[in-house]
Amino acid sequence: MTTKSLGNPFNGDQSLIHAKTCGCPECKLGQETPSVSLNLQQSQSRDAIASEAAMDSEAMMDRAIESAVVRSVFGHNDHSRRSFMKMMGAGSAAALLGSVFPLDKAKAAVKESLGKLEKTKLNVGFVPITCATPIIMAHPMGFYERYGLDVTVTKTAGWAVARDKSLAGEYDASHMLTPMPLAMSMGAGSTPEPFIMPAVENINGQAIVLHVDHKDKRDPKQWKGFKFGVPFEYSMHNFLLRYYLAENGIDPDKDVQIRVVPPPEMVANLRAGNLDGYLSPDPFNQRAVWEKVGFIHMLTKDIWEGHPCCAFACSQKFATQNPNTYGALLRAIIDATQYSNNPDNRKEISEVIAPKNYLNQPAPVIQQVLTGYYADGLGEVKNVPDRIDFDPFPWHSMGVWILTQMKRWGYIEGDVDYKGIAEQVYLAGETGKIMEELGYTAPDRTYKTHTIMGKTFDSDRAEEYARSFDIGRV
Amino acid sequence: MASLNVRAALLSVSFLVLALGLWEMATQPPEAETGMSEYEMLMGGADQESRVPPPSAVLKLAWEELSNPFYDAGANDKGIGIQLAYSVYRVLTGYLAAMAIALPIGFLIGMSPLMYKALNPYIQLLRPISPLAWMPLALFIIQDSDASAIFVIFICSIWPMLLNTAFGVANVRQDWVNVARTHELGPLRTAITVILPAAAPTILTGMRISIGIAWLVIVAAEMLVGGTGIGYYVWNEWNNLDLASVIFSILMIGVVGMLLDLALGKAQKLVEYKE
Repeated sequence: MTTKSLGNPFNGDQSLIHAKTCGCPECKLGQETPSVSLNLQQSQSRDAIASEAAMDSEAMMDRAIESAVVRSVFGHNDHSRRSFMKMMGAGSAAALLGSVFPLDKAKAAVKESLGKLEKTKLNVGFVPITCATPIIMAHPMGFYERYGLDVTVTKTAGWAVARDKSLAGEYDASHMLTPMPLAMSMGAGSTPEPFIMPAVENINGQAIVLHVDHKDKRDPKQWKGFKFGVPFEYSMHNFLLRYYLAENGIDPDKDVQIRVVPPPEMVANLRAGNLDGYLSPDPFNQRAVWEKVGFIHMLTKDIWEGHPCCAFACSQKFATQNPNTYGALLRAIIDATQYSNNPDNRKEISEVIAPKNYLNQPAPVIQQVLTGYYADGLGEVKNVPDRIDFDPFPWHSMGVWILTQMKRWGYIEGDVDYKGIAEQVYLAGETGKIMEELGYTAPDRTYKTHTIMGKTFDSDRAEEYARSFDIGRV
Repeated sequence: MASLNVRAALLSVSFLVLALGLWEMATQPPEAETGMSEYEMLMGGADQESRVPPPSAVLKLAWEELSNPFYDAGANDKGIGIQLAYSVYRVLTGYLAAMAIALPIGFLIGMSPLMYKALNPYIQLLRPISPLAWMPLALFIIQDSDASAIFVIFICSIWPMLLNTAFGVANVRQDWVNVARTHELGPLRTAITVILPAAAPTILTGMRISIGIAWLVIVAAEMLVGGTGIGYYVWNEWNNLDLASVIFSILMIGVVGMLLDLALGKAQKLVEYKE
């Protein structure tokens, strides 16, 4: 997307109208730009984020206002504007307009009404895995800057540290696992503190990796006695692995051992024979293949197509105390997530996030993960473009599913207000509104049914579902 | 004597050359393959087969890192010099705080058998606790990761100083204290002019043990909380399974630890006395 609606309104050679067939250089750069709105507040933010040019947000806002004023002077008739500008010359036209309309004052007034950022310097934590792609790439690719934010993205050693630094207020917002804000809000595994999750980071993007010695054991029924790693107790990795094992008749608490191992340590543990396999975030699945110690048994998208994985979360306190900053940050994240969603951008993103400052991984590994064109370690090259995908919408039904699994495996006990908690933590309504405002389409509902290994999950019957499994702790 | 030193130096160097030579030979990377299939390229070719990097690769990396030790490429990528400076800063802050508390209390329990008996059970209980066991508690209570790392240094380096100070003070020869008493010196003056110089070598031994422990602890602490420091550097390279960088940072940790120990060794020499 581009700043094409922000063409210089004083330039008579430049059209401000970009029809679908428009061939101007700006239009060639990006299609699908939302139609230009003359509501200043909206058009500014929508266009600002769309900028690929190196316009800073101040200049962009000025340009948006000038543009709107000039358009209204000419009754939105671009033809008469262009002939007028050609006749007058840009400089004198601007001077003339300035003499009858207080442009500077208008600019100041609009900026005022947009809401001042309470805080521009922010700390956002991330764990170095590809799930954090939008949070990371928003930094080098300038998505935070476009919203006037100066964000430091800090690499975090593990989920427990991310949780503690978030609880301590050291991070204003952080990359988390989708079950974490639910657990934190309920006080499972930490002190209860209301956390909110306005955006999902990635969907899919995980895999079950086994040690190369187990190439002949592709049937889960042969896995009794295996030692598995997952990155955190309150993680989709843990719940999906447990689900997959149980569906195959393996009791995850009795027949195998599931250990919490930080993602970076998984490959080393696999090599050392300390783990037989793991369900972990990438790049550590692809890295095991690259290191020739493991192979990809299956992608988690084949367990649950489109399952949520990582999240963007912050404390409710941060959001209520800094509403404008929170809004700007969320817009940057949603926009970065949508940008990451486009397969055409994946290669560029891989190169940007591979260096030491971000993921610190070989670029070919990251690229295989993000593009889904990869070696599986079994001798085949696979092409699965949606191996990892990015979709910010936090479906309430996903939150409910996570809660049913927490109940199923005994992480939470007693009566659970499934929908109540999901709706309190997953801010689907707010996210939908911002997605619409930024020109993306948002779903018109927040619950849907999901199919997980062929079984349908209906969030209206959560408790029944949690109790319906043969293997479980309820 | 000189010839012994020369011979020892020669032997040291030849051990080094021999060890590095064997290491280099044992870890030669495989020949670069030509005409790799697409699958082999996606698997990283043969590069990854050789696991431990040869010393030449470590030296090359060391040269690169040390020729630009203070670069700053963003919050998570800083030069080795900056990382070491962060670690040294944390170690010294925690260490000085520990000293400010350990030395007076050590004096107190060294001079008063009553206080010694009263406090000893607590010291014995707290002393063997691993630094990393303190970390979750520190993060929870202090709510600041940097301060938590410093606290862990503090809590681990306090005990050797405390015990050695107490031991040194308690074992000052009674004759000397008696002489002070005949000169009618007050307890404070006795402590400063008689006991302190007499106990100084023992106190410095405690301080030297403490700085060693503090330097051991900082790497583990920074691996856990991350952000900056040499511990974070090692963790970040482990993340990338980059052994050359890990070996290089281990060497740097050794060098800095040795320098810290040397500094306290020199200080120890200054306060030594002969009876």
